[in-house]
Amino acid sequence: MSFGPFLLLALMEGMVTSAVLALAAVGLSLVFGIMRVVNVAHGEFFMLGAVSAWFVSQWVPGPPAVAFAAALILCPLFVGAIAALADMVVLKRLNYEPEATIVATIGLLYILQQAALSFYGPDARPVPAPFNFRVQLPWFGYSGYKIAVVAASALVLLGVWRLLAKSRVGLIMRATQYDRETARAFGINVDRVYAGVFALGGGLAALAAVLIVPIQQAHYLMGTDPLLLSFIVVIIGGLGSLRGTVIAALLIGLSDGVISTFFAPTLAKIVATLLVALVLVFRPQGLFGRRAL
Amino acid sequence: MAAVTLLEARDLTRHFGGLKAVNGVDFELAEGEIHALIGPNGAGKTTFVSLLCGRIPVQSGTIRFDGADITRLPAHKRVRRGIAYTFQITQVFANLSVFDNVALAVQRRGGRLDVDTRAALDRVGLADRAGQIAGTLSYGHQRVLEIAMGLALDPRLLILDEPTQGLANAEIDIFKTLVRQVVPDTTVLLIEHNMDVVMDLAQRITVLNFGEVLATGTPGDIRANPAVQAAYLGG
Amino acid sequence: MTLSTRIWALHLAVLAALLAGSVLLPAYHQTNVAKVMVLATYAMGYNIAFGYTGLLSLGHALFFGAGLYGAGLLVQHAGLPAGPALLAGILAGGAMAAAVGLLALRTQGVAFMIVTLMFAQAGYLTILYNTAWTRGEEGIVIAREARMLFGHDLSADLPRYLAAFALFAAGLVVKLWLVRSPTGRVMIALRENEERSRMLGYDPYARKLAALVISGLYAGAAGAAYGLLFGYVGASLASTQYSILPLLWVLLGGAGTVLGPLVGALSMFYLIDYSSAFTTASLLVVGVALVLLVLFAPRGILGTIRERWLKWLP
Repeated sequence: MSFGPFLLLALMEGMVTSAVLALAAVGLSLVFGIMRVVNVAHGEFFMLGAVSAWFVSQWVPGPPAVAFAAALILCPLFVGAIAALADMVVLKRLNYEPEATIVATIGLLYILQQAALSFYGPDARPVPAPFNFRVQLPWFGYSGYKIAVVAASALVLLGVWRLLAKSRVGLIMRATQYDRETARAFGINVDRVYAGVFALGGGLAALAAVLIVPIQQAHYLMGTDPLLLSFIVVIIGGLGSLRGTVIAALLIGLSDGVISTFFAPTLAKIVATLLVALVLVFRPQGLFGRRAL
Repeated sequence: MAAVTLLEARDLTRHFGGLKAVNGVDFELAEGEIHALIGPNGAGKTTFVSLLCGRIPVQSGTIRFDGADITRLPAHKRVRRGIAYTFQITQVFANLSVFDNVALAVQRRGGRLDVDTRAALDRVGLADRAGQIAGTLSYGHQRVLEIAMGLALDPRLLILDEPTQGLANAEIDIFKTLVRQVVPDTTVLLIEHNMDVVMDLAQRITVLNFGEVLATGTPGDIRANPAVQAAYLGG
Repeated sequence: MTLSTRIWALHLAVLAALLAGSVLLPAYHQTNVAKVMVLATYAMGYNIAFGYTGLLSLGHALFFGAGLYGAGLLVQHAGLPAGPALLAGILAGGAMAAAVGLLALRTQGVAFMIVTLMFAQAGYLTILYNTAWTRGEEGIVIAREARMLFGHDLSADLPRYLAAFALFAAGLVVKLWLVRSPTGRVMIALRENEERSRMLGYDPYARKLAALVISGLYAGAAGAAYGLLFGYVGASLASTQYSILPLLWVLLGGAGTVLGPLVGALSMFYLIDYSSAFTTASLLVVGVALVLLVLFAPRGILGTIRERWLKWLP
């Protein structure tokens, strides 16, 4: 294969990464934007999404497409419920004090990871894709499922944007983000909004994982990379900025696809992590955002 | 009194968005005087002294202290040159002992830790509470401790931001005695709302209104100034 | 007894008890306690930054790793003796802390946590990337012949225990002196109220940098000692988990207490040791402990004791 098509392939792989990353990162960004919580356990919500998708694929009989559709609905709900529970039992009682919250979500990270190890085991397991067809390009064939992932992610992101910008629920969330006390004075149940936002953030991570798990197997340690990449995306995009997050996800996903194709992936990760640290030091509002941390 | 200028601000400006908090202020402090800064709420008094002591960066204009340009000097270096600031909202180290609070100021200027700290506490009448945790002091005593920390720095200029706020009358009298004791070795700049304290203590008064100097003069001048009266009655 | 005498008496008594362990403890526990003393030295360094100066770093594994690899690589590839390698490890920890601090201390709070986390992650990945030197995840096993200090074989139980004790004792004495000195008072002042400290004439940036470098020297010393005493230099010891562990030990023992890191490291080590008898998921204990601590005992063991009973505890 000559360079041109090779680059095209790398870009298409990058688009798939971007699509999944955008979902996970928007979840992290929402939680930070509205609750001011830095959720270190976000990667584990992603992992739980993938692992629970495997369980669903084992339990639901019939063709893979049925099981996959069930996973697409059940797994985000399941992970969202766990997230809401964590919020109500732990984070709320810490009064969302930033440093204590981070320490608590680190604890949550270990608990979820080890729970997955105990109930799911140390093996990586595949989940069958709902459909298998290849789109034949002049130079190579490409998985139709991967293209569907990109489309699905775009649809969900559009839905999230509509929810935040156009709906009553979004209005309540923004009011809570703006000022917790005033929102309470206007009769908004802030506790419920927080639990809901945390559930939504976890659910988005889980959804991203369900989409990716037919491509990448489910494993109890698989949460680390999405956490790191989501952090990178959210920080470069500007914490709490939805549009910045999506742009940054595209940027990081595409460059990750290209760099990993042509260079060592570890080197790419080193560069990306250093980039995040330096962005936070010299441009804390992110490359695209306006709000400071 | 020979009017040697200790601090001089020229055309000092600081805007926050559209708000002209401090706008082209010229200001002079004579060495050894007690100078009061007054004005209605939101006149820019705290912003102005924050510019002088470096807590807020200057937008334009210059500040000279003791003959040197300090406009761009960071706050901690201004403190080392002898500008001490006591906070409007009491900011003692609540979890440390009274002794440690003052010792932090004493050790900064290289004083004799134990002797000078005890002396500084003695001067404000807190010596018998040296071992107490500062956060457990009464509000009035915390204000006094705040002033003691400023004094323990042995400053050339002491900036007091609403020092008598919330103090009882007896405590205000102690405060006034204290301020009279430190001049003329230390120059005092005082933001104050209590007019009795201002008229009683200050040798000169500067009135700020909407970020600009409305008037400067002796207590008598200020009392007679119609523009000041209008600002206060109208504000 | 004056306060000062009482404080020194308590800490010297703890050191005497640990020294007695060299003859009283059975071999299995001697190895464990030697490891705990090295890790507690690391935690003491962490406590200087976090507990006393208020710098919540999530990247101390980078400093620990700098000491570990600084010493380990020099022994392995340059044939350096253990003594100079230990010194090099200490300096590597301090230098790394200085480099990170110069940048990271421009940020505060949550941003500081993430920046330190990211730098440490970059360091960890760098170790994995340079497999030719570090042998990546597999790590380097340092041969027994290279682990001789002043003619003593550090791979043998007793010399190893005594070396770990010497490291810990030196760290404890320096720390006790430091936190009760004027410098320590300024560190605590910065933790309590940075703005007030600035208006007393202290440069917060320079002071925090100094505290972080001291903290890095401790972490580097502990890392170098770990490699030389236990003969293993591996990437997992520089992973994020090793940034979290000192935080956990310090929180458990009591942030801002001199003996807290030892109490925290010792109890956590044995908690995991015992729990490993009935669960393979040892990190579950770490996770649950972190959550319970921030929820119910944010001051830790010694912090609570100080608050309730021993107000004089430094």
